[in-house]
Amino acid sequence: MKKAKPAPKAVRGAADPAVKKVVARHAGNKGALITVLQEVQAELGYLSGQTIEQISRAMDLPASQVYGVATFYTQFRLKPVGKHLMRVCHGTACHVSGAGKISQALEDELKVGDGETTEDGKFTLETVACLGCCSLAPVMMIDSETYGRLTPDSARKAAKDF
Amino acid sequence: MRTAAETRKRSSKIPDYRVVVGLGSCGIAAGGHKVMAALKDEIKKSKLNVALAETGCVGMCYREVLLDVYDKAGNLFTYGNMTPERLPRLVEEHLAGHQPVKDWLVRAHNQALPDDSFYAKQKRIVLRNCGVFNPESIQDYMDHQGYQALVKALKTMTPEQVIKEVLDSGLRGRGGAGFPTGRKWQFARDSRNDKKYVICNGDEGDPGAFMDRSVLEGDPHNVMEGMLIAAYAIGADEGYLYVRAEYPLAVQRLKLAITEAKKKGLLGKNIMGTGFNFEMKIKEGAGAFVCGEETALMASIEGKRGMPKLRPPFPAVSGLWGKPTNINNVETYANVSWIILNGGAAFAALGTEKSKGSKVFALAGQIVRGGLVEVPMGITVWEIIYEVGGGIKGGRQFKAVQMGGPSGGCIPAALADTVIDYDSVTQTGAIMGSGGMVVMDDTTCMVDIARFFLDFTQKESCGKCTFCRVGTKRMLEILDRITKGQGVEGDIELLLELADKIKVSSLCGLGQTAPNPVLTTIKYFRDEYEAHIKQKKCPAHSCKELLTYEIIAEKCVGCTACARVCPSSCIAGAVKKPHVIDQAKCVKCGSCVVKCKFDAIRVS
Repeated sequence: MKKAKPAPKAVRGAADPAVKKVVARHAGNKGALITVLQEVQAELGYLSGQTIEQISRAMDLPASQVYGVATFYTQFRLKPVGKHLMRVCHGTACHVSGAGKISQALEDELKVGDGETTEDGKFTLETVACLGCCSLAPVMMIDSETYGRLTPDSARKAAKDF
Repeated sequence: MRTAAETRKRSSKIPDYRVVVGLGSCGIAAGGHKVMAALKDEIKKSKLNVALAETGCVGMCYREVLLDVYDKAGNLFTYGNMTPERLPRLVEEHLAGHQPVKDWLVRAHNQALPDDSFYAKQKRIVLRNCGVFNPESIQDYMDHQGYQALVKALKTMTPEQVIKEVLDSGLRGRGGAGFPTGRKWQFARDSRNDKKYVICNGDEGDPGAFMDRSVLEGDPHNVMEGMLIAAYAIGADEGYLYVRAEYPLAVQRLKLAITEAKKKGLLGKNIMGTGFNFEMKIKEGAGAFVCGEETALMASIEGKRGMPKLRPPFPAVSGLWGKPTNINNVETYANVSWIILNGGAAFAALGTEKSKGSKVFALAGQIVRGGLVEVPMGITVWEIIYEVGGGIKGGRQFKAVQMGGPSGGCIPAALADTVIDYDSVTQTGAIMGSGGMVVMDDTTCMVDIARFFLDFTQKESCGKCTFCRVGTKRMLEILDRITKGQGVEGDIELLLELADKIKVSSLCGLGQTAPNPVLTTIKYFRDEYEAHIKQKKCPAHSCKELLTYEIIAEKCVGCTACARVCPSSCIAGAVKKPHVIDQAKCVKCGSCVVKCKFDAIRVS
């Protein structure tokens, strides 16, 4: 494998203010790594390689450990996301109620695959295991707005109108 | 908070009505906030003396948005399927005119309604407060016997007496495995150490289960009170609530509940002057199903990858940061205050010989009344589905019910008289699990369901044990092949062999139970597997690759609706003439069937 070129010293020293702030807030707390990653991601939208390195230095943990945790949990994103996050539920109840067709309709409408972001950067489409609104199946969420009892048509319409 | 304060401020002049909107996740998803906002406007406009409040989930998810109207005497009228458009009539007729709107009532104190049967067989212990009062108000909780069990335990009972009461109740872990809670507490108490922890497992990861979410959102203090009592019993002074990141509302309400409990001196140092200290923290999960396993969950609290460890040592001996730890799930803790207040014997009076009390189930899938129910142990699957749940949607045929999520299995309709207790359910090959119950009708393909769960466990396997990591992958590939019509003779036997190997060589519950959905569907629906493999047919008409769509010329009127909706433009024909599907181009999406009003498309 090709070795990554180390970043210039000046850049390496300057951690993002968001990283500094979050790490300082949890200084001295045992086992705070996951919380730190969550809060940094909430500020910056995703965890870039550079961010992970900065967190590792600020918390005095090996970068491999920070990266290991960031890749273990599905919540963490290593790539930037679109302006709005569209999560289609594929839990059991949604699956038996036709979640596959909802995803298909959205993939056709937005011309992206699962986990991809639209060309204009407006939406990132994702499937998730369960949103816990099983009685409204099939369900999807656009950011914090929930859409229940979907049909392929109503899902397409929701994406168009948003 | 604000609404509770408003309620109290206005209480100098007793309101004519108290109107409560259900704002659990389901209620919000169905538009609860919009109803609440519109209701505020309507009340303001009408200048009526009406108090507004919010509450958690009462369980009738199929009727969301729900709205309760209490009159001065405390009589309750519940309205279902409320929308902002319905409010003017409700305000005019009921709140101003004192005549309940019969058309929309789902529950009333003075008349029998069809939805009454939803409640008739329920026994609410865990859910007793859910949907009754405002979960964001500690005062409301305390007005309903809240924290009295804690007072009783701290001031009148020794830790040993608390454990004895829980042992006597026969309460078993509600997270799935069913280990006796009292014994678990005793082990942790017996571990000598200067530092101990209690943990609440709120990492409800089973797709199709939402019991814990509703309890945390609807009655957070009850869960905390259970943890406090457990901490007193085992001798712990610190606790963690581990909650899924996907449940933001639960996290928000717990944070508020902790702040309020601290203000009242129910958390912190020297609680109620008894010398008992307890601090509580929330830890948000980051999305990993395996963290529902206790050793993985503790690794996650420690900020590590959530990978399970070999037991023993059990957490009661060496748990979080190597200290003795007691870990129970949300529903288990939610039973504790009731047991302390009413006595272990009262709890043990409910249920069967080996499974006591009640159990919460999340009813979902092809069922008329999807929602949250709490039933006494010993009730049958049939009673839950038909009497509580109202039967199968659209009058279709009941085929199977999936219990226990990815670790559980499918119970076929023929075994619907199975009694709900840990041992009877285990005998069928399913497990009690945390309480997800997904009902399936004759349109659900059982091979596809097995594939669905394997796909889930395969993605969620942490990768530590080879058989779980690779074995589930191989099983998934076989199931994928079968559902695509590429199954071969011997596939079923290969699945069974892999299942056996994965079960015996995995370290934790995830791997040990991952093959269950496949094993139960092979056991009860082997003919469906064979139809896929030998005849290349999907009897439920669900597996896309095995279907053919044809237009029945005699029924087709040539309305062109199907041709217009077809994404691959494979339907041809002149207006008012029968259309034809080009089989070579058909992508089998099923859009034409949905669109056709003349039942002219045959799927086989």
